[in-house]
Amino acid sequence: MAGTIVIKNGYVFDPLNELKGDVMDICIRDGKVVRELSPAESKDAKVIDAKGLTVMPGGVDSHSHVAGAKVNAGRQMRPEDHYKTNLKKTELTHSGSGYTVPSVYKQGYDYAAMGYTTVFEAAIPPLEARHSHEEMRSTPLLDMGGYLVLGNNWFLMRYLKEGELERAAAYVAWMMKTHKTYGIKCVNPAGVENWGWGENVNNLDQANIHFEMSPREMIKGLTEVNEMLGMPMPLHLHANNLGHPGCYELTKESLKISAPVKPKQNLDIEWAETKMDLARERSVYLTHLMFNSFAGTSWRDCESGVKDVASYINSVDHVVIDSGCTPFGEATVMTGDGPAIHDLYTLTGNKWSNTDIELECGSGVLPFTYFKSNPVHSMQWAMGLETLLLIKDPWKTIMTTDSPNGGPFTKYPEVMTWIMSEAYRKKTFGECHKWANDRTELGGVNRELSLYELAILTRANPAKTIGMAHRKGSLGVGADGDVTIYALDPQTLNADNYEELLRAFRHAAYTVKAGEIVAKSGEIVSVPEKRTYYSDVYVADAQEKDMLADVKEWFKYYTLGFANYPTPEKYLENPTPIKVNQES
Amino acid sequence: MEPVLSKNIICPVCGAACDDIQVKLGDGTIEVKNACRMGSAKFKEVVSSHRLRQPLLKAPGEIKASPADWDAALEKAADILCSAKRPLLFMGSETSCEAHEVGLHIGEYLGAVVDSNATICHGPTAMGIQEAGKVGATEGQKKNRADLVIYWGTNPLESMPRQMSRYAVFPRGYWTKKGRFDRKIITIDPRKTPTTAASDLHVQLKPGSDYELASALLTLLHGKEPHPSVEEITGVSIATLKEMLELMKSCKFGAISVGLGLSSSIGKHRNAEIAMTLVKELNDYTKFTLGALRGHCNVAGFNQIASYLYGYPFGLDFMRGYPRYNPGEFTTVDLLRERDVDAAFVMCADLVCHIPADCAAYLAKIPMVCLDIAPCPTSVASDVVLPGVIDAMECDGTFYRLDDVAVHFEPFTESPFTFTKSNEDTLKQLFEKIKARKEKK
Ligand code: SF4
Ligand SMILES: [Zn+2]
Repeated sequence: MAGTIVIKNGYVFDPLNELKGDVMDICIRDGKVVRELSPAESKDAKVIDAKGLTVMPGGVDSHSHVAGAKVNAGRQMRPEDHYKTNLKKTELTHSGSGYTVPSVYKQGYDYAAMGYTTVFEAAIPPLEARHSHEEMRSTPLLDMGGYLVLGNNWFLMRYLKEGELERAAAYVAWMMKTHKTYGIKCVNPAGVENWGWGENVNNLDQANIHFEMSPREMIKGLTEVNEMLGMPMPLHLHANNLGHPGCYELTKESLKISAPVKPKQNLDIEWAETKMDLARERSVYLTHLMFNSFAGTSWRDCESGVKDVASYINSVDHVVIDSGCTPFGEATVMTGDGPAIHDLYTLTGNKWSNTDIELECGSGVLPFTYFKSNPVHSMQWAMGLETLLLIKDPWKTIMTTDSPNGGPFTKYPEVMTWIMSEAYRKKTFGECHKWANDRTELGGVNRELSLYELAILTRANPAKTIGMAHRKGSLGVGADGDVTIYALDPQTLNADNYEELLRAFRHAAYTVKAGEIVAKSGEIVSVPEKRTYYSDVYVADAQEKDMLADVKEWFKYYTLGFANYPTPEKYLENPTPIKVNQES
Repeated sequence: MEPVLSKNIICPVCGAACDDIQVKLGDGTIEVKNACRMGSAKFKEVVSSHRLRQPLLKAPGEIKASPADWDAALEKAADILCSAKRPLLFMGSETSCEAHEVGLHIGEYLGAVVDSNATICHGPTAMGIQEAGKVGATEGQKKNRADLVIYWGTNPLESMPRQMSRYAVFPRGYWTKKGRFDRKIITIDPRKTPTTAASDLHVQLKPGSDYELASALLTLLHGKEPHPSVEEITGVSIATLKEMLELMKSCKFGAISVGLGLSSSIGKHRNAEIAMTLVKELNDYTKFTLGALRGHCNVAGFNQIASYLYGYPFGLDFMRGYPRYNPGEFTTVDLLRERDVDAAFVMCADLVCHIPADCAAYLAKIPMVCLDIAPCPTSVASDVVLPGVIDAMECDGTFYRLDDVAVHFEPFTESPFTFTKSNEDTLKQLFEKIKARKEKK
């Protein structure tokens, strides 16, 4: 039977069920985790003998740039990134190319080979949602969804300026349905609109040009709207002033804005059985903390400000972050923060692409290499790891490289190994510039994460944070049958033996997706269908009608008509709406 | 039959992809509103007697192809592609991304070369992006903000007639409430054209001196005086260059639209590159963007989907089982000139008319399959002709606009054929036949 399998006798790490390496069987029937199989079902089921191996829920990446106009701008402008890395077609799989910005087939296979089964695109500009969905539809083996970029949206700036929260909420609800997207992304709020005139904003209270909205007002308004609607995930924030020495202060202040807003997730879905309460506890999910944590006043005197931000996060309950680690080597920086990429262009002179999107947002792309010989890059390497090691509660952190900004997701094995092994960190300290040690706290940190904690940072918490834990990130009954099996024996695991960790994380022994084995020791062995999730958010008809009357009036400023604006469901493979804010 | 009115139809002719077309379709009649003359003419094809209405097959030794059964024509097409050592699949721009995608899959499967119109039009612009990057914006940014619009090597009033009226020059945008009167227009073109006549400043450079002109502007931007010889070389006085640069530096939002006049003249992708560099550096002074006026409707689409599916924007060679890209080697004109392909499939692009004569002659010699909506020199030179379905009129799908915004189109009527619903459908059927042949062996 398709999608039916038993994974026998592995050491199971399932944080949402508080399983810390318990030896047990995982049964999956028709793609879903079940308590047990009937004798008849067992007879037909595939069996994996996981004795002596580590079993975790399939990897979940809650922030990665994998689909859409700016990712593709990266591919188009970087043939040099593609010549060097080729993938041959097989009977089963497509060919592809690219290292930091791989083509879609290749990126799907690469993720699956590492044990990942779910990846959410970090930024979808509304007008370009059709493009983002085309790419997600073509990416094999990964269940996906994406966040809608709304922090500089004309309609929202206007409604929030007027204090019309209801209207703003109706607009967000309508936009999620219209573009089949999942959550609210807020990138350099108020600043990207200014970038339409070649400007930015420098502090939280600077009103932007014409709309007169400040970053603080946008963050506050969007957090409130997010909770009014009971969205699955917190407001996903890319804070202002990114990548500038001294920016950590502003980051801390930005996080404080969402503190008074109580999280209120309102989903009408079936929940997998888990020991932990899956309800969302956070009201803000800050992305790539590393890039927003520089202290100092210039690139000469800069140092890590992570300790300070981490101690704030340690003291509150409403914040969750992903790290944005920089594992050295080639990267392609890409973000909806157009002015931040212009700054990097000015700094490096590298080739630079930018696309501003009418009434909505912007974006920039630039090739970048992190060198071990470079003092700032070395410091950044250490800062990224600090974000994951200085924040005490693993349920407040998620491991990413903000792929491909800090480096491609294929570098995750390195990052996982650094946070698990002090010996591996010491080795890297020995190879890179001394600023890594001198300008950060990392050298004094001897914390080494356990496999259980790793499972939190790479599965349970990303899933819980974005409200996907009802089916992802756990192996509870009713969860999707997505499983990673690593060739690691927790009984004999020795964190000093980092080569073993690297090997195990680079190619999962098995990746199981919805009960099918899709990858085996790095080789793709089957390519079943995938799903795309979006939020189907309810608001009252009258509220929607009132909002739409205004939106239609303002559509004259677009170059695409209202009728042709939506993203039809056919751009999604197995579209899977999640009911949000339903009338009770 | 009562004529039926359809609104918000997308025009499948040029890269503007106007989405406000109204169509009233009756029995053998069609009325079109809002489209420009180019657009209207295409809509008339739906009821034109000129259409290719049936598959054609050329019998061995014949010069003219004769009507054939659909299945026989598809079998022959599959046979031609499967028998070739190195087929060329030319995915023309006048059809959907959905069709392009199947074409790319066939190319990957066969180990073929897959190319598209960019190879003979904006390929150098794409290569300029690979050198410099492109600082751009969607067209609506011009509509709402631009107070300076520059056309470089292009004559949109004739090649993309509604680009100026819908997007860049005449519309009343949010900060451009007076439309044309809120903007200055500069056109850089060796010719006098309707567009230069409608401009505030016509910079009439000598043909082929775009690179020198751009570098002189960059020199001035860097605060230095260009060598006086630039006046002789470009035919433009340094005073005019200064005037132009002053307008550029002092505007609030400047937008350059480049055309084939820039990237097809001497210097090619280096012209595109230096124009992009100029725009990047202008952003130290004010807001500036650059975009290409992509002439054919979905020429941008192929670049997008080839890039995301395989990693390169055009000229993809699958011979080794993975995509390779090297313009000048794996691109249509070069392959034909070197006689390095031995069969061709040409979809929705009258390729024979758009390549040098020696290449066209070779193309006519090798076995060729053509998918198109109307007879053209390429269909005449083909061994198999598959009638095309008109996208955005007879089937749904996706185009990418000149500014790379994907638009979804819905038809107002349906395919006139019983044997295929769309060009995507045709390619899928062909792919099945190809697989059946290959897998039998
Ligand atoms: S400008 Fe182009 S897309 Fe618009 S109506 Fe004319 S031909 Fe069609
Ligand atoms: Zn990001």
